[in-house]
Amino acid sequence: MIQSPNGVVIPRTVTLQLDQGGFVLESGKTLPEVTVRYEMYGEINQAGDNVILLLHAFSGDAHAAGLHHDADRYPGWWDDMIGSGNAFDTDRFCVICSNVLGGCQGTTGPGSTNPQTGQPWGMTFPVITIGDMVDVQYRLLRQIGVNTLYAVAGGSMGGMQALEWAVRFPDMVQRAVVLASTARLNAQGIAFNAVGRNAIVSDPAWNGGNYYDGPHPTRGLAIARMVGHITYLSSESMRLKFGRRLQNADGAKLDLEDQFAVESYLEYQGEKFVDRFDANSYIYLTKAMDYFDLASSWGGLDAAMARTRSRFLVLSYTSDWLFPTDQSKEVVYALARAGKDVSFNEVVSPYGHDSFLLEATLQRELIRAFLSGGTV
Amino acid sequence: MNAVFEQILHVVEPGSTVLDLGCDDCALLEQLARERNTLGRGVDIDDRSIQACIRKGISVFHGDLDEGLKDYPSRSYDYVILSRTLQQVRDPKNLLLEMLRVGRQAIVNYPNFAFWLNRLQLGIGGRMPENRELPYSWYDTPNIHFFTHRDFQRLCREEGITVSQQVYLSRGRVIPGFLPNLFATEVCCTLSLDV
Repeated sequence: MIQSPNGVVIPRTVTLQLDQGGFVLESGKTLPEVTVRYEMYGEINQAGDNVILLLHAFSGDAHAAGLHHDADRYPGWWDDMIGSGNAFDTDRFCVICSNVLGGCQGTTGPGSTNPQTGQPWGMTFPVITIGDMVDVQYRLLRQIGVNTLYAVAGGSMGGMQALEWAVRFPDMVQRAVVLASTARLNAQGIAFNAVGRNAIVSDPAWNGGNYYDGPHPTRGLAIARMVGHITYLSSESMRLKFGRRLQNADGAKLDLEDQFAVESYLEYQGEKFVDRFDANSYIYLTKAMDYFDLASSWGGLDAAMARTRSRFLVLSYTSDWLFPTDQSKEVVYALARAGKDVSFNEVVSPYGHDSFLLEATLQRELIRAFLSGGTV
Repeated sequence: MNAVFEQILHVVEPGSTVLDLGCDDCALLEQLARERNTLGRGVDIDDRSIQACIRKGISVFHGDLDEGLKDYPSRSYDYVILSRTLQQVRDPKNLLLEMLRVGRQAIVNYPNFAFWLNRLQLGIGGRMPENRELPYSWYDTPNIHFFTHRDFQRLCREEGITVSQQVYLSRGRVIPGFLPNLFATEVCCTLSLDV
């Protein structure tokens, strides 16, 4: 049985208190109601100034640490970074992580019921942006009495949200930790997202997004996930992990039944994913990532960064070809030009984009140092 | 090293901005921030140095000086400091000019390979100098450019660089400027571009 220093945690769900018109999105469309699921580790202090908001990546969720029940097979996705005495020290900080808008783990998304029709939203769900996700998090925090953030932190799509937080709510964010991320996705990233979406919509079961009362487009979603997984790894990590090994030790029979270890790994990842992820969320969240562009939203990257009032820690990883180092540097030098307090490190790691979830040791030291560092 | 720090502390105006290339554990930037109220940023290639700086609350970049300073806008710092590193970079002349583009002034300290002991070891002993100031054997030294104080002065003249302040050191102590090319183990100087 798996153990977690964070024990069993109970997710919380709140419905946002909205004005008459509902929740207005960046597109101008509105959502009549928004529900948010989140988790909390550690306690808010008297002054209310010890809250750290963690921002999960594309396929992550609010379950960042601990277990949901004693028999859980896996702890939360950042369990090895959160806890008493850890980088995100729960003795000192109150760590909050919420499911993003558009997702499928308890916060309003395309799989939620549209209160006006009583049916799942499906493709009638409005397009959402990274900015909308952040806006939902902001309202959640205000509603539960959090007015200032000691830090925001996230990797990949979570890093996009961290940057958006620092630009959109500069007075609220004191520190921002941005891992393996970017101020705008490059063409290659958009291309891979497009392949994933195409795999989903090509599955007959997708049915224009209306599949909630029938078979789900599991094949399409699994293929999307397989493509995604290739982009999260590196050539080096695939070579080390699988090489040219065959799944059966008997050797190649040169028939089409042969399977390489890497194939069966991707199959497994695809199958595992469809049990917990909604195909329509895949479409909406990848679109939100594709549209994210701090430069175009705020009149140039320099202007965006000039708005911020946080201290920044930006990390990139040598083998990450999905969010490569030069994209982090683009953010870092824009912050430096604006005279902001920013530290940057390119971490040597073979694990590709996934490095930010795997390079716990060095990352723990850097984040701990950053969160404890005073201003000279 | 302390004599160099003291010299730099002496030169840097209070409240100015400082970029320290090859900042190591940011000890200099920390002292500058404390005593001169500067706003500093360090650059280093070593992960451990970066951690140390972050822990001290000083902002630091992971960077390779051989890639130059192309991402830094012109005149964005009051001082750009390069301590004991010029002889280790691939293109020292270019880095020097880049420092003077990015900073209004540059503070550089470099080892003087014409120090008398080095001359003795090479000229009489017939072997590459190896001593307390140059503690490396020829096959594993980080120093890839060997130049003297006079060589450096000549480069400054050729490139239109003004040397406004010059301090000579021998084994970490400030010495008078008598035959410095013979007696100084290292030189610390403040540079700016001729106008």
